[in-house]
Amino acid sequence: MGVMQLFGFGKATFSHGIHPPEYKETTDSEKIRRLSFAPEMVLPLAQHFGKPSVPIVHSGQEVVRGEPIARADGFMSVPLHAPATGVIKKIGLMATARGPKADAIVLKLHAGASQEVLYGAPQDVDNLAPEEIVKAVQDTGMVGLGGASFPTHVKMTVPKGQEVDTVMVNGCECEPYLTTDHRVMMEYSMDLFAGIRIAMKAVGAERAIIGVEDNKPDAIAALREACPKDGTVTVGVMKTKYPQGAEKMMIKALLHREVPSGGYPSAVGVSVYNVATLAQLGVLLPHSQGLIERVVTIAGPGIKQPGNYLVALGTPLRFVLEQLGFHGDARQLILGGPMMGVSVSSLDVPVTKGVSGILVLTEEEKSAQIPKKVWPCIKCAKCVQACPIHLNPAELGMLAAKRQYETMEKEFHLNDCFECGCCSYVCPSGIPLVQYFRIAKAINRENRERAA
Amino acid sequence: MAEKAPIIELRTAPHVRRAPSVDQIMRNVVYALLPVCAYAIYSFGISALALILVTVAVCAGTEQLFCRLSNKPTTVGDFSAVITGMLLTLTLPPGFPLWMAAVAGFVGIALAKVMFGGIGLNVFNPALVGRAFVQAAFPVAITTWTPAFAPGRFTEFIPSTWTFPFAEPIAVGQWVKDLAVDGFSGATPLALQKFGDGQVAHVTTNTTDLFMGMTAGSAGETSALLILICGAYLAVRRMMDWRIPAAMIVGTFVTAGIFFMVDPNTYPTPLFMLSAGGFMLGATFMASDMTASPVTPAGVWVYGILIGFLTVIIRLFGGLPEGVMYAILFGNAASPLINAVTQPRVYGTRRKRKAEP
Repeated sequence: MGVMQLFGFGKATFSHGIHPPEYKETTDSEKIRRLSFAPEMVLPLAQHFGKPSVPIVHSGQEVVRGEPIARADGFMSVPLHAPATGVIKKIGLMATARGPKADAIVLKLHAGASQEVLYGAPQDVDNLAPEEIVKAVQDTGMVGLGGASFPTHVKMTVPKGQEVDTVMVNGCECEPYLTTDHRVMMEYSMDLFAGIRIAMKAVGAERAIIGVEDNKPDAIAALREACPKDGTVTVGVMKTKYPQGAEKMMIKALLHREVPSGGYPSAVGVSVYNVATLAQLGVLLPHSQGLIERVVTIAGPGIKQPGNYLVALGTPLRFVLEQLGFHGDARQLILGGPMMGVSVSSLDVPVTKGVSGILVLTEEEKSAQIPKKVWPCIKCAKCVQACPIHLNPAELGMLAAKRQYETMEKEFHLNDCFECGCCSYVCPSGIPLVQYFRIAKAINRENRERAA
Repeated sequence: MAEKAPIIELRTAPHVRRAPSVDQIMRNVVYALLPVCAYAIYSFGISALALILVTVAVCAGTEQLFCRLSNKPTTVGDFSAVITGMLLTLTLPPGFPLWMAAVAGFVGIALAKVMFGGIGLNVFNPALVGRAFVQAAFPVAITTWTPAFAPGRFTEFIPSTWTFPFAEPIAVGQWVKDLAVDGFSGATPLALQKFGDGQVAHVTTNTTDLFMGMTAGSAGETSALLILICGAYLAVRRMMDWRIPAAMIVGTFVTAGIFFMVDPNTYPTPLFMLSAGGFMLGATFMASDMTASPVTPAGVWVYGILIGFLTVIIRLFGGLPEGVMYAILFGNAASPLINAVTQPRVYGTRRKRKAEP
């Protein structure tokens, strides 16, 4: 290793960001195992970004594993598939991660069913036109498995007048604790390459780059080994830094392009997918099957058997905790990573398409992370030096305290904030900056809707 | 399963945090200032010790008093008033009458900090405001220097230290003469440089002595080397923005360098400028006051270079031998403006044309 590499020069990255402790060592070498099926599954109709799916089953109806149970409501929506063979118990309001109860399909499993996927038909991906691929992808119900849950087929539809030259595959996994993408790259690399080919064909890109942080050398080696010899797919190694896995940061790091404010990556010729998304797609699309399970990192100091598990969608958290065991001082449950994940209020909340991790934090861990006191902003500028988007969180925070939400948006680019949490992480005053910004955005949105 | 369901609590993301808190940062600044104070005591004796104790006590006491008066929880525990007290002491002559130091401490905290709303809201560095106040109020006392390393400094106070409040400071001329320190002129190198009769101080004063802290001056203004080491401790722990002192050094070095190149017989060398007076203390511990300095990355450089430039201009052309204090106060005043014009370019927005298609 040369001197330049020693100091991190020459490795792709973005400016600013933070280095949180990784906590990945407990799960990153654990092979993916299957979690058993819960006796009852809850499938919210809104598991994705866009319009909720519309149920096509009625209560009392028997369904087989993999069968569609809700259809997409328009283009900005995806269908839902039965995660197991059983009978529909009811369709009604159930607890969700975001707080308020929402419409969901409740499925009671047939205890004796083999839970083999019987639904689906083979299709030849190579003979499909791009538009046909987009339609087929929508039928799989696929959304971004990294956490954003944006419908994948929408991403694959390149807007008129734009051209995509690069498919970028996100294997950064910069959130602490999470190792799902890492394990997927290690264990499902062939599926991943199949998915990459589908995505490249759909958007008409000539090349693909798999972006991986340098804290996963085994995954980098495994992928480089498996890369096609024609050089269309390459592995881009990036510095380990949070939020390297945010698509804007990745595009900046690997291609030195900047997605225009308010725009999508396609504006700069890039289309970004999570590795788990494409690995799943590589399996599902050739068989016209639907998304019914996903890999989830279940970790944190409060869980007894941490690891990466293949979990059927709709599995309630209560069942997960019972299966894997939790310590008595478990106090907090987080869906996703600790930087951007949501803390849930009920164990009845199910695993949905966007859940990449389930973290169980203990009393001790929780109180270590809470600032003992909130001080006034001392203008230390740590947040300014951490913000990957180069916003001025100190100024935004002061404006939020004065409730000048419109100024925040118009003069300080509030809407470019993607809530990565770097500013709150570094704030010595313990000011909940990201929370301020979420509230400011929500109030602005409400005001706009009221005005319209 | 026999296990009971866990009690779950809700919080908002991010769920991990790893940052030193405000009081931890302030405490570390105190640690960094301790060696500087210790060196001041070592070179000036018990008068410096008394000065430090009185000023720190008055600063902390003033903050406590105002918290009590306004029925707010006390903020003394955040150590920022202690820092103000220490910094203030280090800018005063070691024989400064204690009651005047108390006035400086009170004014600094009351006028520059409490009145603006306390920690995080001060526009100016409170220590410098206190010092500026006594500079105007007691012009003689604040320019009365006594020699460093005087014999018997650990057993005997400098006479002026115990001046009765509101009385004329006790003259130290005779006392200094009695010490019979060779070549002590009662002036600091900077004053010599400015007011010396034709003799240029940077010729007579060894810059190395200045750098090591072997000359007369304020309690803590003298050892540039020690101050740099203490500043480095804070910079390494990321509790001080190293770019501010760096920018100030650049600003001063370049400005002084230009003058020196124009006429080396009249103007001092850039190294003399960097080592003399309160420059290093100001650059490392005062200009870098988080609250009173800009927050934007570009603004920090503008601010430091501006202060460095002004320091040289005031020293060379102003009415006072030392310009660091006013330069920093000016920089503090300019900070909001600097912030406003140096807002960072947000990702994905264009100020200039895009480089890559």
